[in-house]
Amino acid sequence: MLLLLVFLPILAFIAILCGAPARLTAIGASAINLVLGLVAVSSWKSSVWAFSAPVLEKPALHLAFGFTDGMSVIMVLLSVIVTLAAVLSGKAPAGREKLYFGSSLLISGGALGAFAATDLFFFFAFHELALIPTFLMIGILGRGDRREAAWKITIYLGLGSIVVLAGLVWLANLTGTYNMVEMVKAAGTLDPAAQKGIAALLIIGFGTLVSLFPFHSWAAPAYASAPAPVAMLHAGVLKKFGLYGLLRLAIPLVPDGLQFWLTPLLVLLLGNILWVGWVTISQKRLDLMLGNSSVMHMGYIFLAIAALIAFPENPLARSAAIVLMFAHGISIALLFGLADRIERNTGSLDLQDLGGLAKSAPSLAFLFGIAAMASIGLPGLANFSGEILVFLAAFARYNGTSGLGPVQIACILSIWGVVISAVYMLRAYRNIFQGPTVKATESAADLTLADRIPATLLVLALFAVGLYPNLLLNLLK
Amino acid sequence: MPAYYLEALTVTLGIILLMAEAFCSCKTKAWVGLSAVVGLVVILLLTFIAIGPDANPDAAWAKWPLWNFYNFDGLARFYKIFALVTTILVLLLAVDYRKILARFTEGPESENGTGEFYALPVFACAGMMWLASARDLAGAFVALELVTVTFYILVAYMRRNVGSLEAGVKYLILGALSTGFLVYGIAWVYGSLGTMNLDQIAHALIPHTLTPIVGDSVHYSPISLPPLLFGIALVMVGLGFKIGAVPMQVWIPDVYQGAPTPVTAFLSVGSKAAGFILTIRFLTPFLESDLTRGPVVTLLLILTCATLLFGNLAAIPQTNFKRLLAYSSIAHAGFLILALAAWKPETDFSQGSAKVVSFYLATYLLMTLGVFFVLAQVRIQRDGESIKDFNGLGKTNPQLALALTVLLAALAGVPLTAGFWGKFMVFSLAVEAQLWVGVGIAFVAAAAGFYYYFSVIRAMWWIAPADDTAIVLPSISKVCIAVLTIAVLVLGFWPQPIWALLR
Repeated sequence: MLLLLVFLPILAFIAILCGAPARLTAIGASAINLVLGLVAVSSWKSSVWAFSAPVLEKPALHLAFGFTDGMSVIMVLLSVIVTLAAVLSGKAPAGREKLYFGSSLLISGGALGAFAATDLFFFFAFHELALIPTFLMIGILGRGDRREAAWKITIYLGLGSIVVLAGLVWLANLTGTYNMVEMVKAAGTLDPAAQKGIAALLIIGFGTLVSLFPFHSWAAPAYASAPAPVAMLHAGVLKKFGLYGLLRLAIPLVPDGLQFWLTPLLVLLLGNILWVGWVTISQKRLDLMLGNSSVMHMGYIFLAIAALIAFPENPLARSAAIVLMFAHGISIALLFGLADRIERNTGSLDLQDLGGLAKSAPSLAFLFGIAAMASIGLPGLANFSGEILVFLAAFARYNGTSGLGPVQIACILSIWGVVISAVYMLRAYRNIFQGPTVKATESAADLTLADRIPATLLVLALFAVGLYPNLLLNLLK
Repeated sequence: MPAYYLEALTVTLGIILLMAEAFCSCKTKAWVGLSAVVGLVVILLLTFIAIGPDANPDAAWAKWPLWNFYNFDGLARFYKIFALVTTILVLLLAVDYRKILARFTEGPESENGTGEFYALPVFACAGMMWLASARDLAGAFVALELVTVTFYILVAYMRRNVGSLEAGVKYLILGALSTGFLVYGIAWVYGSLGTMNLDQIAHALIPHTLTPIVGDSVHYSPISLPPLLFGIALVMVGLGFKIGAVPMQVWIPDVYQGAPTPVTAFLSVGSKAAGFILTIRFLTPFLESDLTRGPVVTLLLILTCATLLFGNLAAIPQTNFKRLLAYSSIAHAGFLILALAAWKPETDFSQGSAKVVSFYLATYLLMTLGVFFVLAQVRIQRDGESIKDFNGLGKTNPQLALALTVLLAALAGVPLTAGFWGKFMVFSLAVEAQLWVGVGIAFVAAAAGFYYYFSVIRAMWWIAPADDTAIVLPSISKVCIAVLTIAVLVLGFWPQPIWALLR
């Protein structure tokens, strides 16, 4: 079944290449995938989902998919939700439908493959498969300074992937297998010196893919230039691959190595939250602001990972990271989708040029407001569940007598990030939707019914996890 | 059918084609190429029923002394198939390239000068096939010269083109020089070990052997290492020329750029593979003996680091696509030598270096020839080979651009394309052998590879075309590009077919 889930977008891509109607095929495939994803949530422990076929004898590699634990299920669910929203809300430039929807499907297929793979090789390979159309789409159909942005993301992520590959091959050689389930069983047997090396490679490599400070400068320009579905899929889904990789492989296999690098990691993640947060406040365009904010929020997830490194038996930290990955994926996809809508309806994303859009487009304003609140971390929305878990996790082993540890200090500093988010999100909301109307917003159209469907889908997901986080937490037990 | 029939048939085919071409007064010459292709396909099918002496030890032919020079194992069969497939594709490429060939030989309106161009690769192919079976350095040398001499003619074939002539002279002079090194090196090896037979070399290298080889009455004296290593180093200079290892690579960029595109393709795939099979055969005994492994591995490691760094870094500033491919061929040679430096015999858990190199070459064949097919058509229809002649190909020919994107991504080593497996296996070998310097440099090299291959992809998709006319693919090129691209993708998911051929 997982084989079908992963290859359905790829088959749809081939169908589009052969001449099937692009938009309809994309929507159809994504809708079927959403249904499959929801079925998976209820029945992921069943063996019908697993699939394995030998690909290579020496070293033994398998094209293998399966739900190792709830984390894979949640990431697959995130992927199918965001994919459907992305293809529903995307509007291709005339004559480029094939490229536009085909690439979106390919990105989705790659992300699903990476999250569902249980073989190290395909785990890595599917992520790369998704990167190529990302680069091409930004370069071909992007806005503004698209070539520069596309070239930058190509170089950064290409290098990041190679560093990751080095770490993964090293791990596979030490554990003697490429089966990720088998690999994790070798936990605790790895030589501490090798662990340090692998941990450094994985933090830098995966860190580049997740836009960890200071390897983050590709992200904001790339998201700003990317066509809406690419920004939604990459920022929402594909970027989580690096975090998923750290949680799936680095945490169980190289704990001592990660422990060694904990302090530098804390410094870097504070760079994400505070420095990039500060940069975000000074952005003048909504797309750049959202791109930077997505970089900034990665800091919280890294904080959860740092808490997990510092207190390995901490039950909260892992759940916190995963819930926040899900919440951030949904909320940033919603924001990018709506930002694209604002640009299409008013012709501008410059915060100075907009104002009073709430009058002419009330439902757009309402949905954007919800997305902004979610991004800030208001209770009731999914991001709050994630962030509160992160902060709790960081203080899990705190007792008053020994004082604050490094993780707690980092946590206290990063709570200021919430204030920073509030500053830039509310300022953007005020500039765009409130105040007197200007020329661009006077006659701007509101969301059509068709536009509301993808946005509503994402908002529903935000509320569901926000009000009842056990939906996800139960999967992680 | 005894295996040596294959070479005999190939040479016969070449002679028949030459004669037929000379005595037939037809205006067009493409039929020579096409009949060569048909003949080679038949020979290709025959390789699957060819057998060596082990399969039928009672036959009269199995007792011939020929088998002292010639063996037929799995690797030999693989490289024979490799040579045949390369030659078939190169001939198809040449048929579609005949306009340019005619223009620079007799003149644009006459194809009279192009007939031999289709027959000569068949002879080179016979040489490569013989090399695949070489078990004696003297025999290997003769086969190698058959290949090289044929290439002297082919490289300078476009006699009205200055670039082609210049390339021919460079190739001739440096080729002759490297041959000198090779022969001199073989002489030193012979002087040290008393034999040119590779099996006997392996036997002589078992430490402290003083016992006679079976059936031989001579007692060997203990080996003196310095002259032997000197000989190995000289042979490696000669072989390094064929495979394009730094510092013996100086000829590659100029010759690749000047030679007719089908010949460049043939050089970069066929000639390189022939060089590698001989390198594998020659080095195996030295890498498996404790006496010589250390220095030989050091030599290979130096070669691989220099080749990887030079090939990849020098490729970055290139603006001519054909020249870029020349540097890329040097770069790939670096990865292949790394696999040899990390020498490992085949075990239950690992394929071993020889097979990894062969596998890498097979994927390299598919990717590189596919790219050359596209390049040849761009050369013909846009009259240029620069990267900027590919500008906007994504607009004018989206399918062609997609195919070239896949092929270049595969050359760069993007996962789920055939090109990734080769690099992946090489990295695994090098990590296992703990050649950390090599691994580090190879990672830098792979990263640089991403940069320069993607600069072509960027030109195709992101930059507007200067010329809006679409490139029209002739049907042969169209089929070949499609087949090669699909093969690269399918093997990216499922590389087992190549391993099955290698078994």
